[in-house]
Amino acid sequence: MIQSIDYTAIAVPLILALTAGLVLVLDVFLPARPGGGRLLGVVALGGVAAAIAVLVAQAVQGGERRTFCVPPSLGGGSCSFVLDRFTLVFTALVLAAGVVVVLLSMAEPASGRIPVGEWYFLLLATLTGAVLLAASRDLVMLVVSLELVSLPVFALTALRRYDGRASEAALKLFLVSVVSTAIMLFGVSLLYGVTGSVYLDRIAAFYASGQGGPIGVAPGVTTVAILLVLAGFGFKVAAVPFHFWAADVYQGAPIPVAALLSVISKAAGFAGLVLVLTIALANQAAVWAPVVAVIAALTMTAGNVLAMRQRQAVRLLAWSSVAQSGYILAPLAAFAAVPRDAAGASVAYLVFYAAMNLVAFGVVMLVSRVRERGDLDDYQGLAFHSPVAALSLAFSLVCLAGLPPGLAGLFAKVVVFRAIVDGGLGWLAVVMAANTVVGLYYYIAWTARLFTPLSTGASRPRSGPVAVAVGLAVAVTLVFSVAPQVVLSAVG
Amino acid sequence: MNWLLLALLAVPLAGAAALTAPAFAGRAAGRFGIAVSALTFLLAVVVAVVFDYGDAGRMQLETDWSWIPGLDLRFHLGVDGISLPLVVLTALLSLLCFVHLAGRPPDGGRVRALVFTLLVLEVGMIGTFLALDLLLFFVFFEVVLVPMYFVIAIWGGRDRRAAAVKFILYTLLGSAVLLLGLLVIWAQAGTLDMVELTARHGSGIARSVQIVAFLAVGIGLAVKTPMWPLHTWLPDAHTEAPTVGSVLLAGVLLKMGSYGFARIAIPILPEGAAALAPWLGALAVVGIIYGSLACLAQRDLKRMIAYSSVGHMGFVLLGFATLTPVGVNAALFGNIAHGLITGLLFFLAGGIKERYGTADLVRLGGGMLRRLPYIGSLLTFACVASLGLPGLAGFWGEMLALFGAFRPAAGLSRPLFLVFMTVGGVGTVLTAAYFLVMLSRVTHGRSRETVPVGPPLASAEEVRVVLGPGEPVEPVATGTAVAEVEGSHPPAGRLADVTSRELVAWVPLVALTILFGVWPKALLDLTGPAVQAILGLGGGAG
Repeated sequence: MIQSIDYTAIAVPLILALTAGLVLVLDVFLPARPGGGRLLGVVALGGVAAAIAVLVAQAVQGGERRTFCVPPSLGGGSCSFVLDRFTLVFTALVLAAGVVVVLLSMAEPASGRIPVGEWYFLLLATLTGAVLLAASRDLVMLVVSLELVSLPVFALTALRRYDGRASEAALKLFLVSVVSTAIMLFGVSLLYGVTGSVYLDRIAAFYASGQGGPIGVAPGVTTVAILLVLAGFGFKVAAVPFHFWAADVYQGAPIPVAALLSVISKAAGFAGLVLVLTIALANQAAVWAPVVAVIAALTMTAGNVLAMRQRQAVRLLAWSSVAQSGYILAPLAAFAAVPRDAAGASVAYLVFYAAMNLVAFGVVMLVSRVRERGDLDDYQGLAFHSPVAALSLAFSLVCLAGLPPGLAGLFAKVVVFRAIVDGGLGWLAVVMAANTVVGLYYYIAWTARLFTPLSTGASRPRSGPVAVAVGLAVAVTLVFSVAPQVVLSAVG
Repeated sequence: MNWLLLALLAVPLAGAAALTAPAFAGRAAGRFGIAVSALTFLLAVVVAVVFDYGDAGRMQLETDWSWIPGLDLRFHLGVDGISLPLVVLTALLSLLCFVHLAGRPPDGGRVRALVFTLLVLEVGMIGTFLALDLLLFFVFFEVVLVPMYFVIAIWGGRDRRAAAVKFILYTLLGSAVLLLGLLVIWAQAGTLDMVELTARHGSGIARSVQIVAFLAVGIGLAVKTPMWPLHTWLPDAHTEAPTVGSVLLAGVLLKMGSYGFARIAIPILPEGAAALAPWLGALAVVGIIYGSLACLAQRDLKRMIAYSSVGHMGFVLLGFATLTPVGVNAALFGNIAHGLITGLLFFLAGGIKERYGTADLVRLGGGMLRRLPYIGSLLTFACVASLGLPGLAGFWGEMLALFGAFRPAAGLSRPLFLVFMTVGGVGTVLTAAYFLVMLSRVTHGRSRETVPVGPPLASAEEVRVVLGPGEPVEPVATGTAVAEVEGSHPPAGRLADVTSRELVAWVPLVALTILFGVWPKALLDLTGPAVQAILGLGGGAG
């Protein structure tokens, strides 16, 4: 049986995968000379840019594309790869974040301790996985692409040679990820066993048809399967109680990898979660929504409380991103009452979060080039010797806190609050309100440090690619602040 | 002429943006601030001139654009009889702050940064009073937080950092609860437009939901107002803030909370307001008494004025709680009067602190009227106005609020409000008491020729330690005794009395206090029709 493949639909992951291969080949055949690493970075950037161009063309064209479908002879209808609006939004997020991470990387491997070819290859492989994942509509492809996101990240984390902290972080990430994959696979296999299909739409149809159980044990099994799948994704997005790895791994990993973990890897996890929960298990919302609500409340609380005690910039961002995961999860809990708004609010928050978080990581990267330790005290007086970097960081922190002038963050929170209030989850809204205040405490403390005068002079950090990355991220965040409608209409 | 309101926001914003240009440094920034805020004030005056006073209950000069359709958020601005006085007051106080600033650069240096911050603050304050969309109101309500945080945290007093953190966390907690309340209204009513919601008078929102929403919105606004027992951020913030910060905090920021009651909580949620008004009234009178008693116990001039705000805002809240036109008018009048008088008081306290190097009442000693006759007289005037002397602005707000409580709206328990009225009346006596005690300590008595240096004495025990056992700790005697004990310190030079720049900043407030005191109708005629409209009593709504 020969399948016809719609190559325009899969053009984006295809370009990324081919660029990844090209980078590896170029690394082998190009003569080793100083500046060669920069060339590979440019090639990787070009690949991502080409993918973005294709994506824009697809978005302009509109409509929905499907490929890898079940042939009509076998019932037809279900497809493994679907390019719809959800896919486009996530792909755009991943690629935009990819540009920033590649730009940050162009400053990182220059330190000489990192093999450049492998670095960009692994980076592009992760991007390919993330893009594929957003388009996946069957459980097998979801798991495979999720692994394609995760596996290169271990290697990226450990790629800095002779660095004990990085190796430890890689090992920790590896163990956590393998366990979570195993748990999720178990859940996925149970779902397959109960419903008899791996396609998300067929699973949904199975539950919608009211076939509570062709087999007697089905309701219980479904519940267990849902919990296992939730747990698996919970590891990926660092939700409580699977959050403890975040700070150590973020700190040990090179900063571009930490940015990648906190944005791309997290976005991939959420994409999978949203797909499974809102498509396949939409009818089972009564089972998973309360669990998600509790996890969301615990995640935001734990993340914020842990972040308050941090003295290290990256560790603080790690816990803050855990807290933000809680905000992203929260609207999903209201799915039963307001299905469209709930999923939309989650995705919208994720998009806003990605932009603001990348600004923070960009500036942290910039500062880390001058001061290796990365303590919060290193940021004291940043506003006086590099005002633009300080203002960018202040803006992103205020955004993350959700206060004007960081309107992007404020509107993101309003969107989430609206979904929760509409869904009738008053208690969750109150928990989130309290968490917003706790979060403000550490964000504003960090912001205040930037503007506190420092007697000793400090050298001004400089890096072309990082500056471009920060500039891009700031520009996007500013656009989101002034016209959040861009995001809201894309996800609505 | 709907560009007027836009310009009111755009001018300070553009001014702030222009300040980031590298051309500004040193004193130029201060003058630039005066120019921008003067232009803003001029625009506010133009708004007041073109305003149609025959129809003060209607929204005028409206601008209504769609901003974020996904959130139903519209950029909807307008003024009516309730917001117009507050807009003009805000523009005026901002201008006066810049005038004050030009005369005396801040301790923390960095004039340009301070001017920038104050201009952003002005945008937020004016925007709050102009916004006619619930979420837009919330956005402007939040805009003031970060600039005010920096004003306190960078240019404040000794414990500025803690005070600033307390201020921003406390008020953000209030804001978060406020946002939840606004979203509940939105979820139930399906619109964010305040004009439409006001016209509906709560129809379409179930009574139980109204109560929940009023509770959430009320708590959010009460933190800002502040209402006892949510006021604890206020004394620290006011005391530690620099003079301009204190003036704007007391003069405008507190008004944003009480304005929210008049604009959102009462008109949009009338049944919720009726159900919770007794609680609001009770907390208001507790605040009146608590604020007055706390003032009696203060040793720091700025702290005392801060606590007096708690008491005065208690009268404003009591006026709202009556839900009658008289009471709400009183509250709105009290708002403006408090803004003028307390603004003046904080200017004076700042001026005194600059001259004496301390605001500690014991260290100030007595005899200010002899040493600094003009400042002493102005302080006396401001205190007397604040305690509610008939003929000055402070009187009408308090008197009418008590009068409103005498005859509360139908449906409210009259005996209960009579009790509130009585307690509030006791509060006015206590208010008079603490201001007069303070005046007798500071302005009267024997003047001291030296100004002691060193940290302020924090307690009666410390004074006793300085004086030795057996000496009475009586205010005036204490002051002179401390001076004698510390006679070894080099005597300070003659203190300069009021400067011309200070007079420019202070005289408008004095004049307006007298004007509204002898001619309260000027303001009441403006708010009256609008109050009729928000209470749904017909008239003015047309």
